[in-house]
Amino acid sequence: MRKKKVAGLFASLMLAGGVMAGCGSANTSGSADGGGKGGTIKIGANLELSGGVASYGESIKEGIDLALDEINKNGVNGKKLELVTVDNKSDASEATNGAIKLISQDKVSAIIGAATSTDTLAQVQIAHDNKVPIITPTGTNPTVTVKDGKLNDFAFRTCFIDPFQGTVAANFAANTLNVKKAAILIDSSSDYSKGLAASFKDSLKKDGGDVVSEEAYVAKDTDFHAQLTRIKAQNPAFVFIPGYYQEVGLIVKQARELGLNVPMMGADGWDSPTLVQLAGKSALNNTFITNHYSSGDADQKVQAFVKAFQAKYNGKSPDAFNALGYDSVYFLADAIKRAGSSDPQKIQKALAETNGLQLVTGVMKLDKNHDPIKSAVILEYKDGVQTFKTKVNPE
Amino acid sequence: MEQLIQQLVNGISLGSIYALIALGYTMVYGIVKLINFAHGDVFMVGAFIGFYCISIFHLGFFPALLISMAACAIFGVLIERIAYKPLRNATRIAALITAIGVSLFIEYGTIYLRGAQPEAYPNTVPLHDLKIFGVVISGQSILILGVSIILMILLQFIVHRTKIGKAMRAVSHDMDAAKLMGINVNNTISATFAIGSALAGAAGVIFGMYYTTIDPLMGIIPGLKAFVAAVLGGIGIIPGAMTGGLLLGVIESLVSAAGFSLWRDGVAFVVLILILLLRPAGLFGKNVKEKV
Repeated sequence: MRKKKVAGLFASLMLAGGVMAGCGSANTSGSADGGGKGGTIKIGANLELSGGVASYGESIKEGIDLALDEINKNGVNGKKLELVTVDNKSDASEATNGAIKLISQDKVSAIIGAATSTDTLAQVQIAHDNKVPIITPTGTNPTVTVKDGKLNDFAFRTCFIDPFQGTVAANFAANTLNVKKAAILIDSSSDYSKGLAASFKDSLKKDGGDVVSEEAYVAKDTDFHAQLTRIKAQNPAFVFIPGYYQEVGLIVKQARELGLNVPMMGADGWDSPTLVQLAGKSALNNTFITNHYSSGDADQKVQAFVKAFQAKYNGKSPDAFNALGYDSVYFLADAIKRAGSSDPQKIQKALAETNGLQLVTGVMKLDKNHDPIKSAVILEYKDGVQTFKTKVNPE
Repeated sequence: MEQLIQQLVNGISLGSIYALIALGYTMVYGIVKLINFAHGDVFMVGAFIGFYCISIFHLGFFPALLISMAACAIFGVLIERIAYKPLRNATRIAALITAIGVSLFIEYGTIYLRGAQPEAYPNTVPLHDLKIFGVVISGQSILILGVSIILMILLQFIVHRTKIGKAMRAVSHDMDAAKLMGINVNNTISATFAIGSALAGAAGVIFGMYYTTIDPLMGIIPGLKAFVAAVLGGIGIIPGAMTGGLLLGVIESLVSAAGFSLWRDGVAFVVLILILLLRPAGLFGKNVKEKV
């Protein structure tokens, strides 16, 4: 009896093994040229299409689709780019699963995504192990490309990094708004928020200001009255809130309700139409953000992009996430062109050598850490609409 | 001083929402001795029904509130009939596990139907904020507290002055004896779920108005906090749930006021553990001797 069982188990294992081997060989034959069949090159998109920051993922996807439409008119090296999209549900473990699926099942040549630093970091190790480059359009945390002084050679980004954004915000507060006493409200569950707060604090001190109150919350909180009451008691002239739109919208609304009417400022995490719905138009007056791009910028390249975007999406004005999603595809297509191949490792090399590529969000030049050296813009909310205030170049 | 009063006001607004959810919790427990973990999700469903009433059918706040309460009452009865009634004579732990299952089913069913993205509540009641000596009391928090108190008084009236209330009290006292005296136990329990769920629905709409953002998983934390509030006041006791909710809201605000905002949720559960250790019957509970 027992022997029979063991034999049966063995036989079934053999069968399963056979099936798997069959699968494997079928796949490898399809990817002899490094991905895609016939005249296409497969690229993956691993984005937050649902969940807490779904608005980012959707915006990036719109930008990607527009860029693909344009590029595929002529193709890259005679081949069309084919997009395979996975939804990571704004969740780091889902982002990991998505990256594994794109690389092992779909055999993509490169991955665009994710939108947030946390979800991007969840893919970095997989990208490295499988030697497939990933490009995050909007993951601004420094550790995406460099961890403990070691370069993540397969990770790239299209945006600038957090310390730069925090510094720009502090300079703006100190020099333009003449702020001496500022308060910070940090999302302590987000590396993005903590990183921005740290660089803001350092820069403001250098500019002769001081942070008089530092409060914290965690993602998914809905009641911020207690922290805001404490901030108000310190009488700051300015509040810096480096968070994501879902909480920031409520914070701004509740702050105005409590009579905290000083200017407030955030970064690209605020950039979502949902923010305006949550906070209300009037509450957002006298708030500022640092961002990658503004559709109000008079630059010719920007205006051409705005026109093309509005033609495709019923007159909708593109935001920074649209622009960075769009630029990420051009960043990748340029590298594929120079690599002359769809081989992920050759693309990785070409990406790292990018220098002086003209994009909508500025001129792309990578430093030794794979971080683009680009300019930032400062936007002000006026009755719920972002208006272009000024452009800040890196020193 | 001004800051302290402001924090108390903040706490009472937060606490009134906990209290409204806790009322439903405590009623259901009082009658059928079931901790209905799906209660927080009925609260979420109520918030969404209210949201769709306002944003799609352009109804005002009060019609939306009433429709949401009615829909949640039906929803609550359905949950009871489908999930809990077959288990009425099963062990307490089987019913508890079912309740957790129902809760997950509602949460992920909602995500399946409409996605997980959060929604912003439209502001329909333009309320004026009250300013007294520098303390700001928002119109909405007064509305919340008002609605909570009115619903609690209504509930006390139903339980103590009406026929169905009498039946509820009888069933809670001894289900079998009530049956022998000709009380329709099934209908009484359904009525309990209907009233409890209607309260949760009301809390959902009010929560949406006050905190602007709703999503399919919004019921989890308020649901747990309301459970703590119900235990704090003495589970099964209606004024206890109200007091427990307000107290918990104030405790949380004071913890934040002392500068420990990140410990706020932790403290709520420390309160639960302390009350279970020191006074398991709750603040309003008496030690009832078992009849022989």
